[in-house]
Amino acid sequence: MKNVTTDSFQSDVLEADKPILVDFWAEWCGPCRAVGPILEQIDGETEKLDVVKVNVDENPDLAMRYGITSIPAMKVFVGGEVKKELIGAKPKAALEADLAAFL
Amino acid sequence: MHDVIIIGSGPAGYTAAIYAARANLAPVVLASSVEAGGDLMTTTEVDNFPGFPEGVMGPDLMFNMQQQAERFGADVRLDDVTELELDGPVKRVHVGGEVLEARTVIFATGSAYRRLGLPGEDRLSGHGVSWCATCDGFFFKGKHLVVVGGGDSAMEEATFLTKFAESVTIVHRSETFRASAAMLDRAKADPKISFLTNAAVVDVLGESAVDGVLLRDTVTGEERTLPIDGLFVAIGSDPRTHLVHGKLDLTTEGTIAVDGRSSRTNVPGVFAAGDVIDPTYRQAITAAGSGTVAALDAQHYLAELPAAVSA
Repeated sequence: MKNVTTDSFQSDVLEADKPILVDFWAEWCGPCRAVGPILEQIDGETEKLDVVKVNVDENPDLAMRYGITSIPAMKVFVGGEVKKELIGAKPKAALEADLAAFL
Repeated sequence: MHDVIIIGSGPAGYTAAIYAARANLAPVVLASSVEAGGDLMTTTEVDNFPGFPEGVMGPDLMFNMQQQAERFGADVRLDDVTELELDGPVKRVHVGGEVLEARTVIFATGSAYRRLGLPGEDRLSGHGVSWCATCDGFFFKGKHLVVVGGGDSAMEEATFLTKFAESVTIVHRSETFRASAAMLDRAKADPKISFLTNAAVVDVLGESAVDGVLLRDTVTGEERTLPIDGLFVAIGSDPRTHLVHGKLDLTTEGTIAVDGRSSRTNVPGVFAAGDVIDPTYRQAITAAGSGTVAALDAQHYLAELPAAVSA
């Protein structure tokens, strides 16, 4: 999964030509590390949606811009707008159900 | 067919795995995909687990337990159990599309964080309401926070949050605390932490993010608003039994009923251990001890099985 930064967020996420799931995460967040591999699987299994990661430790301004106060926080951007928000680590089946409209 | 399937991967599950593996029972541990390691994965220093004079980080302790179980042949899988068939000599454990069969099952699923059950809580979850200080404290630099609860986890969360927050108020319904003296004293000594006792959170306020809580004095009934930026909920947890409802007997406290000091449930070949059977102590070390009991009980049960089933 691609690591997106403050500098690349505009082109990688806001101007992307397909839905982008942004996983806001940090090294010190246990549930983030647990859900990371599941998001990677989902990314590998669909062409409709790309999954990217934002490290909130390294990009605190992005976390602030999107009002992140709990991680893992997963937001689906379509055409530059947040269309879906998920909070907390969940099993793959539950994530797929939540993201069904984009998969 | 497996001899032992262990469901859960906290101190009870991994300790059961260590004992079962050392008894050559090649246990399969269904550790869950996102909660492997259990509650200690979101804690910081654990200072009351024997053998670590300088303390140990919760995630490190759980990783060590996992490695210790794997060293003796435990098969730890990051899978979620979706359904159980426990009747009869062969237990069937559904893991997504796959069905695993075993002669014994050790159920060690621990407990799930209790929610306040307030309207604002769900709406503002992830927008200032949190259950994980180690995950989310970072986002509250210089902010004013409330931690609800009176146990060790509330004290630990409050103490951890002072690394980031300007102030932390511990709001607790009564004047007496379940927390250990060591944890309570540490919180009381912290200049950033203050206490509001005899106070209940009756609503979480804010449109798109938390901007306050409505408190009710549990003695006078008087209500008032406390402006804050974030709320951390640490009001305890409930035994995680949804997979066995209607299949195993529960106690009036909601834990799985076991026979005396053993781990035997009312279904032969099904054992339970850890917080899911313990309404009282709920410590990492008591859960670990309970996991030992379950592994030894399972071992004994297997040894007594008629040859037809054990073949």
